Amino acid sequence: MNAREKEQYLREYHVLKGQGKPFFPYAVAKDSMMAVFVLFVIILMAALFGAELGPKADPTTTTYTPRPEWYFFFLFELLRVVKPPELVFLATIGIPTFCLVLLLLLPFIDRNPERHPLKRPIATLTGIAVILAMGYLTIEGALAGAPTEIELSTQPQYEAGRSVAASSGCLGCHRIGHNGNAGPGPELTEIGERLRAPAIRRTLLNPTAPMPSYRGLSEKNPQQFDELVQYLATLR
Amino acid sequence: MRLLPGPLRRKNGNDKADGNGTDGNGRNGGNGNPDIPGALLVSRERDEAIVNGENGQGAKEQKALQRERIKEAATEVPATAIGWVDERTGLGPFARGFMFRKTPKGTNWFYTLGSASMFAFLSQAVTGVFLAMYYRPSADEAYTSIQHINNEVFAGELVRGMHRWGATVMVVLVFLHMGRTFFFGAYKYPRELNWIIGVVLVLLTLMMALTGYLLPFDQRSFWATVVAVNINASGPVIGPYLADFLRGGAEFGATTISRFYALHMLLVPGLIAALIGAHLYLVAKLGTTAPPWLKAEKKRDLAKEEI
Repeated sequence: MNAREKEQYLREYHVLKGQGKPFFPYAVAKDSMMAVFVLFVIILMAALFGAELGPKADPTTTTYTPRPEWYFFFLFELLRVVKPPELVFLATIGIPTFCLVLLLLLPFIDRNPERHPLKRPIATLTGIAVILAMGYLTIEGALAGAPTEIELSTQPQYEAGRSVAASSGCLGCHRIGHNGNAGPGPELTEIGERLRAPAIRRTLLNPTAPMPSYRGLSEKNPQQFDELVQYLATLR
Repeated sequence: MRLLPGPLRRKNGNDKADGNGTDGNGRNGGNGNPDIPGALLVSRERDEAIVNGENGQGAKEQKALQRERIKEAATEVPATAIGWVDERTGLGPFARGFMFRKTPKGTNWFYTLGSASMFAFLSQAVTGVFLAMYYRPSADEAYTSIQHINNEVFAGELVRGMHRWGATVMVVLVFLHMGRTFFFGAYKYPRELNWIIGVVLVLLTLMMALTGYLLPFDQRSFWATVVAVNINASGPVIGPYLADFLRGGAEFGATTISRFYALHMLLVPGLIAALIGAHLYLVAKLGTTAPPWLKAEKKRDLAKEEI
């Protein structure tokens, strides 16, 4: 915006402001009604849904599938879009940080003096596209369940490992056969082709972010951990 | 009442500079609280009438009149108190400017989203204080103290529910407020700085949501936070250090929960409160935007009429 446009805006704003109503009581009345409504919604939700408390945190269990609060789904689901492990940092930190910087610098990027949403189509369309993308990722995140069953058949001696894998929350982020979510983690249906048992063991103990470590299981129940490693190594 | 400013006090009349003991009418000075300014000015005439003519009419009427006087004095208290504060702070012009500033023509319900976000924050602050009275931020006790709040404390589950769902409401309101600002082009000149403060407030709100999620210390909150911290750790250069700072070490441990508690209770809400103050100051200073579809037609209309 150049000096003339600034001047013009300020003059126009001054006129519109002069035609307006005082903050008190007009805007205050609306704000107060909105505040009452917000409080009503909060109390209603608290009364209807309460404050659930799950089982106590136990670092040694692996049966729990980590899920963020729903308004973080759009960030969490980004991890599914970006597949190659060497690019994971893009999904975890890169894209969100980039978007945040864009958002901070928005007034300096969009210097078009026009304010009407229909007269600045690029900004409006970008905004709508971002909202749709966030909405899509949120719905995807909401629909992605955490299955606890692996249908892929296996040899009898690895049955125990299969049930450990099924109950260990792996399927929250990985796909095995037809079960599980395709991401954030890589598909495990043929993980045995790529990694031998010792490598799988190392990955489970020191995984790449954001996967949580299975050290808890290996210390608490080494036998189950071994079964899990053996089972994963047979997947090919 | 000695605290009253000099100029206001002098209004009481010079004959009774102190208000101690009994005054000329034989009335106990303390009784009618004659030191409250203004009120006496009104009631003095009546006092004199009593003394002059109707002195013998009995104590009953006098008592009624005294009660009347106290009432009048009491109604003057708020104005006097405001005057007292104003004389010492000079806030009067600012408060008047803030409350009676004009909001532009066309201001609609979309403009309540900002104050609603702030109200949600206040609600979170109040319910948070009540939760903090019972919560114990240690790995051993956190879960049991939340159980105690839910099951034994009076209205505990309701207050915790309000805090838990209030977080959702606040996040939604903040995003709606941001959307309104975006589509109305309200981030443009001269409000660029307020947009930047707003973006930081969005980020801080999400940080509140993230740090608060761990505190109940159930399975869901624990594992979600493990993943969230791991996500931080994947960042280039500072990522691992940030994750170590959040965990209070290389592993999730006893310090992690008190660290999140301190961030959730002190650092982030303090920053949010301060930035809301700056945000509001700029709103009052620059004014809220008019809806972008409104144009100031006045001058053109006037020009037509003149022709």
